[in-house]
Amino acid sequence: MALLEVDNLRVEFPTRRGTLVAVDDVSFAIDEGEVLGVVGESGAGKSLTGTAIIGLLEPPGRVAGGEIRLEGKRIDKLPPDQMRRIRGAKIGAIFQDPLTSLNPLYRIGTQIVETVLTHTDLTPTKARMRALELLKEVGIPAAEHRIDHYPHQLSGGMRQRVVIALALCANPRLIIADEPTTALDVSIQAQILALLRRLGRDHGTAVMLVTHDMGVIAETAHRVAVMYAGRIAEIGAVRQVVGRPRHPYTVGLMGSIPAVGRDQERLTQIDGAMPRLTDIPRGCAFNPRCPHAFDRCFADRPDPIAMADGKVACWRFDQAEAAAEVGHA
Amino acid sequence: MPDHLPPVPPPTAPAVPPHGRRPDDAELIRDPLVEVQGLAKYFDVSKPFLNRVFEGAPRRLLRAVDGVDIKIPRGETFSLVGESGCGKSTVARTIVGLYRPSRGTVMFEGTDLATLTRRAARMPFHRRVQMIFQDPFASLNPRWRVLDIIAEPIRAHRLAKSAQEVRERVAELLTQVKLTARDGEKFPHEFSGGQRQRISIARALASNPDFLVCDEPTSALDVSVQAQILNLMKDLQRELGLTYLFISHNLAAVYHVSDWVGVMYLGRVVEWGAKRTVFSTPRHPYTRMLLDTIPDITMSGRERMPVGGEVPNPIDPPPGCPFHPRCPHANERCVAELPASKVSEQGSHVACHGVEEGRIPTHAAPGAKVGLGKG
Repeated sequence: MALLEVDNLRVEFPTRRGTLVAVDDVSFAIDEGEVLGVVGESGAGKSLTGTAIIGLLEPPGRVAGGEIRLEGKRIDKLPPDQMRRIRGAKIGAIFQDPLTSLNPLYRIGTQIVETVLTHTDLTPTKARMRALELLKEVGIPAAEHRIDHYPHQLSGGMRQRVVIALALCANPRLIIADEPTTALDVSIQAQILALLRRLGRDHGTAVMLVTHDMGVIAETAHRVAVMYAGRIAEIGAVRQVVGRPRHPYTVGLMGSIPAVGRDQERLTQIDGAMPRLTDIPRGCAFNPRCPHAFDRCFADRPDPIAMADGKVACWRFDQAEAAAEVGHA
Repeated sequence: MPDHLPPVPPPTAPAVPPHGRRPDDAELIRDPLVEVQGLAKYFDVSKPFLNRVFEGAPRRLLRAVDGVDIKIPRGETFSLVGESGCGKSTVARTIVGLYRPSRGTVMFEGTDLATLTRRAARMPFHRRVQMIFQDPFASLNPRWRVLDIIAEPIRAHRLAKSAQEVRERVAELLTQVKLTARDGEKFPHEFSGGQRQRISIARALASNPDFLVCDEPTSALDVSVQAQILNLMKDLQRELGLTYLFISHNLAAVYHVSDWVGVMYLGRVVEWGAKRTVFSTPRHPYTRMLLDTIPDITMSGRERMPVGGEVPNPIDPPPGCPFHPRCPHANERCVAELPASKVSEQGSHVACHGVEEGRIPTHAAPGAKVGLGKG
């Protein structure tokens, strides 16, 4: 059984002009120690999927359908106080901007100790030792000294480490990292990603890594889900999705990323932009930008179709062809 | 350390075979459009006057840019790359004249900008040099229609005779950036980030400039939109013969758009040269470190070299070479003495004692990954 299972998740925002479906029919699972990358452009619903799992959707947003199960138990219908106990204890969260995740008025040590005391039954003295341990674990040099610093005294990379330390306080089973390296410089980015990978390896922590950066996914994740307009376009092993993308959107996305050493006059260009939630086209949401769209794409919405070791939501890979390809592989 | 240093070999044949139209040697830029010499920009970050008097707090200078020499050839793209706080945006803003340099000169077509003191003398320069900013949500006035935003440079420089002519020119510019003439009637909030950046580009092109300074033009955009904007910029460069100064922290985007690359660290250009030279045979340890930190999308299984340390505070930079606290090759000389920029055997300009003394081997691991095979 997978650690986290998400089945047909649907997130809606009721508005005066009708209901907006921001996440629709999203299903995936994350195993222990696995890093699942969730990638997509802004507005694809990747962050909302993460916030739905930790139960922090801002009203009026709500989970309107589907199930979220952690260690086999449903967590999407829990009352707020029970959910709060799971959050932090079983699920840790890391957000993009480390400065807004930390309280500027308290020393970082105080903030970590508070979190440790909330989720464990350690004594305050023990909790402080645990805080020190955590700061060392996330690679903060001179932790004994830094523990009494305020957030503003730390650099961006150091702050993000503190946020990771906070997320680790109660040894959570799952960490949801939403763009954890986007606000950081490349050299610091490498350090933070190495730290996330190590968590999975050493503690069996599962990580859901939400990012727009394919490079980050390619070197950190084991599996990757590509989201487009609230749905999963393609999901599978990272080698498969990055190396041999199948969905036309993934193909375009991979081609549009410039790479050092790849000489080309023009980048592959996906014309247009992701549709707004108010006017998602009928059929496949990608059809206005898809070079391969045919009549069926404009009529019916494709469901994810199982392929070799993943799923692709594209009519080009309907049963017959999919079977042929599986047989081929 | 011997006082007599090995002589720097003269810039002879380019070490990298010429793949395109020009040999890889920065010395061959005969007629640069923009030449920057010894450029420095300091910001006074001292406490207020009374605090200084009563508390005895010293004056403090932030040396955002401290000695930059580069040449930008006509019709090509020069990129400045580096981590946040390295001074790349300050260089850009000083070149377009938004900041007055604390030291050094900026020459545009051989004219020192400092000599253009009168407004009338500066106007032709401002017409020919335009800027594109990072955040397309902040750089367009939300209360103006797109038509007026794009028409502003045309009106300011009196480039059209009648209102009708202004409208025609704006329509032409909008089509040039792949929007439609009807979009001129709309307000910026009606557009997505990528479309807004197209509007910024149209505005920058409105005064028929020769030189565009692009400060992180795609950093706020999604990758598929970034590809659209980079393609558009390349098309416009070909059609209009534009020269670009491209500022970015994204090495892959820099590799894609540039002919020349300068790597900045703490207010200095530590290495610059032709793109292929810098990417295939990086000499400065910082350049190598940066190349090592590019996320590997080719899935070669290469582990990124984790780099220790962070960029020091530019208010209180380390003595000697600013990179020495993070440099694996640093010795006593690096701690004591600031390295000057010298031409390496590859033709790039490198400011590093280790490279100058031959302590650092030529070949770097990331170079192997840069495909120079195709010629």
